Amino acid sequence: MTMPTSALTLLLQPSWNPVETLRMLLSYHFMQNAFLAGTFIALLAGPVGYFMVLRGQSFLGHALAHVGFAGAAGAVWLGISPVVGLLVFGALAALGIGALGERGGRLSVESDIAIGTVLVFSLSLGLLFIRLASSYAANIYAFLFGTVLGIRDRDVVVIAVMAALGLLVLAVIARPLLFVSVDPEVAAARGVPVRLLAYAFLLLLALSVAVAVQVIGVLLIFALLVTPAATAQQLTTRPALGIVLSTSLALIVIWLGLSVAYFTDYPVGFVVTTIAFVFFLLARARRGWRANAWRPARIARAGGVR
Amino acid sequence: MIEMWQYDFIRHAMLAGSALAIVAGLIGYFVVARRLIFTSDVLSHVAFPGALIAIILGVNPLLGVFGFALLTALGMGTLAGKTRANDVTTGTLLAWVLGIGVLFLSIYASGSSGANSSAGINVLFGSLFGIHAREAWVVAIVGLLTTIVLLSIARPLLFASLDPAVAASRGVPVRLLNIVFLILLAITIAEAVQAVGALLLFALLITPAAIARRLVARPFTGMFLSALLSLLFTWAGITLAYYFPYPVSFCLTALVFVAYVSVVVVQRVLRQRIYQRRARPAHAPA
Repeated sequence: MTMPTSALTLLLQPSWNPVETLRMLLSYHFMQNAFLAGTFIALLAGPVGYFMVLRGQSFLGHALAHVGFAGAAGAVWLGISPVVGLLVFGALAALGIGALGERGGRLSVESDIAIGTVLVFSLSLGLLFIRLASSYAANIYAFLFGTVLGIRDRDVVVIAVMAALGLLVLAVIARPLLFVSVDPEVAAARGVPVRLLAYAFLLLLALSVAVAVQVIGVLLIFALLVTPAATAQQLTTRPALGIVLSTSLALIVIWLGLSVAYFTDYPVGFVVTTIAFVFFLLARARRGWRANAWRPARIARAGGVR
Repeated sequence: MIEMWQYDFIRHAMLAGSALAIVAGLIGYFVVARRLIFTSDVLSHVAFPGALIAIILGVNPLLGVFGFALLTALGMGTLAGKTRANDVTTGTLLAWVLGIGVLFLSIYASGSSGANSSAGINVLFGSLFGIHAREAWVVAIVGLLTTIVLLSIARPLLFASLDPAVAASRGVPVRLLNIVFLILLAITIAEAVQAVGALLLFALLITPAAIARRLVARPFTGMFLSALLSLLFTWAGITLAYYFPYPVSFCLTALVFVAYVSVVVVQRVLRQRIYQRRARPAHAPA
């Protein structure tokens, strides 16, 4: 996965002229595809990730990304399209976790256990499928860490369609979902279908992961789901702004990551997760500093409240 | 049944597996009680970059795994601040740790020419049947020591896990216990991942404890039931894997999964029946 970049670094140096740099970045077809696919995935992962973080379901997102591993491996074994395996397995796992861990429309304390158990079982299923299909270890790596630089035209189309579908569904359920996520009791009392929404979101999360995981891998999809959303939550408490911020951050992170990985020797997964993590730390530090500014001791030192 | 005992690999697998099952079952009870499931998942993922950096630097992988696990545990403590480590912080840190793993993997893959990538796969999935005599004994001894330490702090740890505020007011050193517990968890994960892979460990850590907590309310009985269950799962898994051509980790996790689902379903059905029985007189016409 690093081979294309390391071969190219000898020939390519980023230019100070941004237009020139952009032209260089997009001069290869695989980079165009990577940017297109990355953009669509970030557009979906930003808003979905915001809700995931808001609902405290990061572990679920992480698990679903791993479940995809079993789905893809099973599809390889059966000789069907990986997308089908990913979607079927993702949906089954999401519903299974919901059924095992849900209590009255909310994922309860029990849910972490359900998630962990399903996660482990599907990983071992994936391992079994790989043994049965006698695939190489390299294939596992490709799946776990993605092959961002080997995306085909057909993949880009599939991702674009699925992302559009996911965003459409999210747009329809966004308002009640927000209500349910922030205050489930009041929402239930007001007649919002809490359970239905919980399951709808589970399926949506599974879909987002399934779409993305086959091209960018278990690692990157999780990073795009959780970190920009977590950063956005540090910066604002307003939901609409938070969703916009989370999506923009996801876009910036994936674009920057692809560009840096293109001009250097570092793997895309590492660059993207590191940039995202740095943003998160900065947002945290800003929040911590602002919170500090209002501490009594500080106000007193500054001469007290006048 | 008897003829499988004549093979060395079965004996080593049984030795290491049993030791691991007991530790994982005991420590898992606290992991579930303290809701550290996601955290322990992260710690077992951390093993991946830890083992790789150690291989790159040419030191013992166990050292790398353990060092990384401890660093991450500390990192999570720092980022979470005074509140409990939350879901988002844990997830964010996990994403980055995996990113570092990719970096090490690329260094490792480009550094050693024609390197087989099975080392990393081993860390993830491991193989109980591939374990050597020496490794098996190391696992057994470390497991025994961890069990002794854990049992000796079990009472205050249980108190601190179930009700930290009251425990602290009663003079229990909650902070110290937290740290000792995280270190024990890191040691267990590090040695287990090194020997049998993250997958198997995680299966034995969470689910037997969860089943035990569903079945009995008393903490000490639950703890020992959890260890016993995880021991039984391990023995059954190894036996199954001996007779069927499936990976041992698959047999074990499948058993654990089926057991958990059955317990949940049976309990739900029973509970429903009790509700119905109670509800009947109320709805009956006077």
